[in-house]
Amino acid sequence: MKVKTREDLDKLRQEGLKSLYPDKLKITVGMATCGIATGAKRVFDALADEVEKGKFDVVVSQTGCIGYCQREPLVDILAPGRERIYYKEVTPEKAVQLLDVSVAGEAKEDWALFRMGGEENLIEERTIRYVESQHGTRDNKIPQYKEFPFFEKQVKIALRNCGFIDPERIEEYIAKGGYYVLLKVLTEMGPEEVIEVVKRSGLRGRGGGGFPTGIKWASCRNAHGEPKYIICNADEGDPGAYMDRSVLEGDPHSVIEGMIIGAYAIGSHEGFIYVRNEYPMAIKKLRIALAQAEQYGLLGEDILGTGFHFTIKINRGGGAFVCGESTALMASLEGKVGEPRAKYIHTVERGLWDRPSNLNNVETWANVPPIMARGADWFSSIGTENSKGTKVFSLVGNINNTGLVEVPMGVSLREIIYDIGGGIPDGKRFKAVQTGGPSGGCIPQELIDLPVDFDRLTEAGSMMGSGGMIVMDESACMVDVAKYFVDFLQEESCGKCVPCREGIKRMHEILEDITTGKGKEGDVELLEEIGFILKEGALCALGSTAANPVLSTINYFRQEFDAHIRDKRCPAGVCSELITYSIDPEKCTGCGRCVKACPAEAIVGEKKQPHSLAVEKCIKCGSCFEVCKFDAVIRQ
Amino acid sequence: MITLTIDGREIGAEEGWTVLKAAQNVGIEIPTLCYHEALSSSGACRLCSVEVTTKRGRNRIVASCLYPVEEGLDVQTNSEKIRRLRRGLMELLLARCPNSQKIRDMARHMGITEPRFRLEGEECILCGLCVRVCQEISEANAISAVNRGIKKEIAAPFYDLAETCVGCGGCAYVCPTGAIRIDGNRIRLGDKIFKELSPEEVKKVEEKLEAKERVPEKG
Repeated sequence: MKVKTREDLDKLRQEGLKSLYPDKLKITVGMATCGIATGAKRVFDALADEVEKGKFDVVVSQTGCIGYCQREPLVDILAPGRERIYYKEVTPEKAVQLLDVSVAGEAKEDWALFRMGGEENLIEERTIRYVESQHGTRDNKIPQYKEFPFFEKQVKIALRNCGFIDPERIEEYIAKGGYYVLLKVLTEMGPEEVIEVVKRSGLRGRGGGGFPTGIKWASCRNAHGEPKYIICNADEGDPGAYMDRSVLEGDPHSVIEGMIIGAYAIGSHEGFIYVRNEYPMAIKKLRIALAQAEQYGLLGEDILGTGFHFTIKINRGGGAFVCGESTALMASLEGKVGEPRAKYIHTVERGLWDRPSNLNNVETWANVPPIMARGADWFSSIGTENSKGTKVFSLVGNINNTGLVEVPMGVSLREIIYDIGGGIPDGKRFKAVQTGGPSGGCIPQELIDLPVDFDRLTEAGSMMGSGGMIVMDESACMVDVAKYFVDFLQEESCGKCVPCREGIKRMHEILEDITTGKGKEGDVELLEEIGFILKEGALCALGSTAANPVLSTINYFRQEFDAHIRDKRCPAGVCSELITYSIDPEKCTGCGRCVKACPAEAIVGEKKQPHSLAVEKCIKCGSCFEVCKFDAVIRQ
Repeated sequence: MITLTIDGREIGAEEGWTVLKAAQNVGIEIPTLCYHEALSSSGACRLCSVEVTTKRGRNRIVASCLYPVEEGLDVQTNSEKIRRLRRGLMELLLARCPNSQKIRDMARHMGITEPRFRLEGEECILCGLCVRVCQEISEANAISAVNRGIKKEIAAPFYDLAETCVGCGGCAYVCPTGAIRIDGNRIRLGDKIFKELSPEEVKKVEEKLEAKERVPEKG
């Protein structure tokens, strides 16, 4: 069937509503990559097996990532007229028990994470209630979704459907208001009008640079030359970042609908999604979504019967970080080596195959349908003066609640790390947060109240980047952290221009010296000088921002560099060449745990007598330090 | 005709020219390593960086071999910032290729004799001129850059003899450091042999290279 009218869409919506909210018990497993990694597939199969046996009359469904990756696999149960209950860390055995309990109308309070009385339909600005009133609300200890600290401060726009719909069912996307926006745009709005809304919304590119999306679209529309291309950058490669993957796995149609709207506004008929091949599930979901959109006439020829045509092809990246840079991405799309070129003539004028090309990243595209549905004023009412809307972050590292969060621009790092992230595990002290990936920087404890938006992060010497947020506690050595990012970059630099190829290599060389006790006076100044060469001289943004992790750590943690260089000491006890282990005879009880743990047989001692550690045999692995229950192992 | 200012001098340039071409046209020298007038520009070496201020007041450093001239542009080819950048670039290149006479001369000219980094023994600076001449002039596509980042190097496919090499010697001719050379009957870059030439080919290539020696270099 080809959808041509609102009534056609309504039919699909009815089907979607039936599968979203069936008239019997529905059990849904979070099956994004994060869920699968912790065993969601086994949980799903166990449930499907049980249902196959005919014992239960229930629907088993899958969804994307709701964001709380710390407690996966997550399973939620929705019974007609009752609250939806989310369960954490579900195993196949637990899942089957949950079926039993739920069919009987009960809940497993101990395993539950939170409950939900209804869900938001962001596009249509309404709430879908699972329970009509307090009736049907269980009197129990399970916290409410909106009172659950991880979700309380989140505002979901790009992630609006992630964790709520089956990404393989276009009908469910439509039931949440999807593709109605496209119908409205194609039938009621002119291309310039669309661009005007995007401009007024204040949307800025979510891929890192933060360029105003509406201005980019207008430049591409006004550029001379045909054909024009639309590109979705899904080559997410920052260490610790997986925002785009989650959107593609959980709600691929939001990106596709955004791209079609963009194509209409710009006057393009050909689009590409450049997605890294390391995201096999995202690619699979995208393929299914594209096929469904084509089948219903939402993509391809004569979209929604309006005569507008637009196609999307998937192009898989071969695993080069630099291909996330727009010109390198376009070179790669052309079949050439993925190397950036100078952008003195912008890609909106001469991009892919030298034609006007409009590239936005996954999250930017996913923001487009809500903006068109709810209007520029609604979007620009969220966020700060120059950074509108929300931003998705992947919160990783030394943090209690690892996960994917979407917050309004302008919330503070403290709110993200402590209120949403739940703070630092094991009672340790927060030290720094790395934002913006290898192009970003480390923001220290002193700036924890910094409001997070494009401009403030840049002022602090970091950047928004695509949204990776790596939290570090006191056990992190900042020189070592800087070295990690520089090591990543020297592998991932394309090697074309001298500052990036030679400069990053030399930064790594110096940092390697510093962390192994060979640092000397003047090293920090030399690092800063290379930073200047990179910032001013490099050909592309990968190179010109490559020094940020080093410069920001020097700026905020200079004393740690000095301790390594002057005192040959690593204050955090990370750089193995600079630390020694010994045993405090006063504290040692002679329990022997360290003797068993030591792989180098460096620790000897009689039972119940203080042990001793032979420094010449010690390989500084830290195993003894980890296992000692009496703090008797000293690390200096 | 476009009017712009380079180092305080008002000059004319044709639409579509680069800043480097406009400067060279009036005899203003800008150092280059990866540029050749017969080939497309790449912007790899960054030595030709200049400071530009647009009519709207935007100031930044750009590669002059790629930046198109525009009306009212103010160009500084030798500001303190530019000298600092070039010295840094030459120090990095000298540490990579301490034995290259060309690199040593250019570095010394900018006051660099001892780089502060560990010395490597490379000859090739990866300017890519050889690859471009092979693609754009010889149309042989016999050699290319392989790998990326610190592992990047110039090689023929599979590190074998280059099947499509026509033996023109263009790569050796444009190589600014002499890293690619004709060694007996072989075109080689370090250990990598691109082509084994016939005696006639050797003679032709040698004549061309000798002719190059006799012509004083520009810029």
